[in-house]
Amino acid sequence: METITSIKPLLAVLASLLVVPILVTSTRMPNVREAWTFVAATVKFLIVLSMLPTVLKGTEIVYTVAEVIPGLAIKFRVDAFGMLFALVSSSLWIITSAYSIGYMRGLKEHSQTRYFCYFAICLSATVGVAFSANLLTLYLFYEMLSLATYPLVTHHQDPEARKSGRKYLLYILGTSIAFVLPAMLISYNLAGTLEFAKQGFLAGTASKPLILFLLILLVFGFAKVAIMPFHSWLPAAMVAPTPVSALLHAVAVVKVGAFSILRMITGVFGTDLLLDLHLGTLVCYAAAFTVIVASLIALTQDELKRRLAFSTIGQLSYIILGIALLSPKGMIGGMTHIAMHAFGKITLFFCAGAIAVATGKKYVSQMVGIGKRMPVTMIAFFIGSLSVIGLPPTGGFFSKWYLVLGTLQADQMPMLLVLLGSSLLNAAYFLPIVYKAFFCTPEESMFENKVEEAPIWCVAPLVVTAVCSIVLFFYPTVFLNLATLAIGK
Amino acid sequence: MSQQYPALLVVVPLLSALVICGAGWVNKRLCFPIAVAALGVAAYSCIGLLLRVLDEGVIVYKLGGWDPPMGIAYYVDHLNGLVLVVVSVVALLNLIASKKSIDQEFPDKIGPFYTLYVLMVTGLLGIVVTGDAFNLYVLLEIAALTGYGLLAMGEDRAPLAALNYLYMGTIGACFYLLGVGYLYIVTGSLNMVDIARILPPLYQSKAVLGAFIICMVGVWLKMAFFPLHAWLPNAYTYAPSAASSLIAPLVTKVMIYVMIRLMLTVFTPEFAFTTLAVSDSIVWLAVIAIVMGAILALTERNLKKMLTYIVVAEVGYMVGGAWLGNRAGMTGAILHIVNDALMTLCVFLVAGNIVYKLKGYAFDDLKGLYRKMPFTMTAFTVGVLSMIGVPPTCGFFSKWYLILGAIRAEHWVFMGALLFSSLVNAVLFFRIIEIAFFEPFTDHHAHGHDHQPEPIDEAPLSMVVPLWIVAAALVIVGIYTSDIVTKIIQFAIPEGIL
Repeated sequence: METITSIKPLLAVLASLLVVPILVTSTRMPNVREAWTFVAATVKFLIVLSMLPTVLKGTEIVYTVAEVIPGLAIKFRVDAFGMLFALVSSSLWIITSAYSIGYMRGLKEHSQTRYFCYFAICLSATVGVAFSANLLTLYLFYEMLSLATYPLVTHHQDPEARKSGRKYLLYILGTSIAFVLPAMLISYNLAGTLEFAKQGFLAGTASKPLILFLLILLVFGFAKVAIMPFHSWLPAAMVAPTPVSALLHAVAVVKVGAFSILRMITGVFGTDLLLDLHLGTLVCYAAAFTVIVASLIALTQDELKRRLAFSTIGQLSYIILGIALLSPKGMIGGMTHIAMHAFGKITLFFCAGAIAVATGKKYVSQMVGIGKRMPVTMIAFFIGSLSVIGLPPTGGFFSKWYLVLGTLQADQMPMLLVLLGSSLLNAAYFLPIVYKAFFCTPEESMFENKVEEAPIWCVAPLVVTAVCSIVLFFYPTVFLNLATLAIGK
Repeated sequence: MSQQYPALLVVVPLLSALVICGAGWVNKRLCFPIAVAALGVAAYSCIGLLLRVLDEGVIVYKLGGWDPPMGIAYYVDHLNGLVLVVVSVVALLNLIASKKSIDQEFPDKIGPFYTLYVLMVTGLLGIVVTGDAFNLYVLLEIAALTGYGLLAMGEDRAPLAALNYLYMGTIGACFYLLGVGYLYIVTGSLNMVDIARILPPLYQSKAVLGAFIICMVGVWLKMAFFPLHAWLPNAYTYAPSAASSLIAPLVTKVMIYVMIRLMLTVFTPEFAFTTLAVSDSIVWLAVIAIVMGAILALTERNLKKMLTYIVVAEVGYMVGGAWLGNRAGMTGAILHIVNDALMTLCVFLVAGNIVYKLKGYAFDDLKGLYRKMPFTMTAFTVGVLSMIGVPPTCGFFSKWYLILGAIRAEHWVFMGALLFSSLVNAVLFFRIIEIAFFEPFTDHHAHGHDHQPEPIDEAPLSMVVPLWIVAAALVIVGIYTSDIVTKIIQFAIPEGIL
């Protein structure tokens, strides 16, 4: 593999971090402050984008920041998989920033400067995780993200936020200290390195029980992916303002969890090692269990954001399931699902937030007939639903298609059934909302027959992400190419 | 000039203490600048000394030109070179940060306070720099006696707590002296290098064995190694802020240094780890210290007292690391001397700022602190991250080496205890962060800008700036871990330890 050294990955990480002092000093000028957020978001996206052609050519970009422990450095390596994830999260940050303005000002939220600052820090950490070249760097940014998200989750500073924040930290910080940290050190002691390698660095260093033990620690340790039984922080974290739920708890934070586990499976253990030891199936079953149970719970949730949260829990485990199939098609499916689900689910969250801003309604049972009042929002909601269910003409179709092919390739019939069954469940918890929104008798309708959408700052972003979901059906090549490059087959 | 650094760093503060005492009678305002100058010279000498050690290797300085074993010699190698810098810099920063709080707490005792303060630092620096086992005892008592005085100047309960410490501390020092006495009987020398040369053939002797164990117990008492810790929490809690933020970071750490010095230089690692064959039990004691420190800290509803129990737990980290018997563990223990001194200083300075402004440090007093004292609380957050062990703060890196040592020694329980303590630290500190961040609950759900946030009421600049320097140091030291380990600590550990 060809590599070149460039400072660009570091700049991409720093772009959003360095803007924080500027945001703090422009507290009194909200418009200037938001302008700076956009500048940082655009710069970040452009830096990431500028590395895309190089990565698509199959070249990796590396940059060593500092050697913090003898032989172990904080080091970045931009490969296809990291690029895929960085591209998704940095592009969506721009859109979410616009949406944040509409939402936060629409609801006259307090402490908006704090909000925008921590959001910027979160994005630095996310891209840091995406570009990490070794487990130590990944751990550093993972923890940074955990802590930077805390003030966002607890933004309202009320007793409920405090309870959720406590749960959030307990699960996220607790598992990373109790599971990931020892696993990282044991691996380091075994292999003498933590550098992600094409076929992992643990092969041939340990016995099967020890590998199994490490695998369990490293899969459940990254609790951001909300695999059961470490999932209940995610519905709790929905007390956060909706843009936070949208970008962080549908895209950045949770997918950092999925990304990390994928990195562990490919970069630490290596697919060959797991295939030899037949350990992939184990992870598959854990993920499949989460997929089904989360979808069933989602059916019962009346609060829209909680329903979306449980849907996210299920969808995240699709990614894990895809990669744990250890078949090339399944891995491509898992990786592209990171991107496809991101655009679909963020649209849904934007819609939920727009509804809350425009009408104050949070419960599904209160949304009968809302399609007449907010047609644009609800059409976008429909498109987002299709993408998450995995139906054409949306990008979600492709990732699910590859996941299904992956189960066939890996000869895992039970997993095929899980995928198909859960798609039905997805349809069952999303489509009735859309149906009730548009098709109801005038008596049933809870809204007046007058079109009144949320502010333009709220509506425009959700239209953009919905359109993106459709565009990704016709042009999925970038993400598919990156995923194909990433598995190197 | 640079040849005289080892003497300067003890003599200058010692004489300055006398000057301060006199100046206190003339004009109270003279005391502070003299103290700063004295500790500044000491810190400068210490840093210069460390740089020289890095260049030239071990430095031997004969006091008054007398040859050992008759005269007293100072040995400065990589181990105490590093600890000297930590002690002098921490003492200097704390001195500057504490001026306002000293003025506020006892305006009429400024002279005596600074005298004791500088004298105590003299004692601590002397303990670290000396190469003479008996001289170490003398300096130990200087540091201890001044320490009792400083601690007793606090709240109503402080004198009693300090008296308790005095009894226990004296017993500890006596144990140490007794051990040194045995060694003197056996070897006829008090010079550490000399003793180390004479001892090896005598390792089977019961007297040597007894000497080592008695010394250890004495040192453990002085460092509050569980279950010999009972004197520490009250003594540190009720002490004046300026004293507790000097003593909490330094005294336990200096005693850890003495323990490591005894293990590595006076005796040999082979003796400590192999001949004695008690390492495993001592690591188990360390496990108990860590776990009990954490649990006792959990039961406190008072910031300063909670911090003192964390100090007890941290002592367990270092004792355990040193006794794991491998290089990673010993590296972790020495690195943690540096890191723990800095992070303990950080959180105690925060406690000092809070006491200065609020006159209280019970959890209920801390409500709304993130609004009232944002700068202090930012530094507190950095200190907390280091205590929990979040990279890139330095606390992570010493924990890294300690856990690695535990893995290499296959001492899984010690590893578990370290992780447990990290988790408990997270709980402990986020409890405080919650109170300071959320309470008192205001009606944010009204979604309006109409509520008036409490005005910022921050501690004075002279307290905040040193605090921020310490907080920044936590991150900088963390990032430079690699250099500290490869350039300094690596040479502090004998090659025999793998």
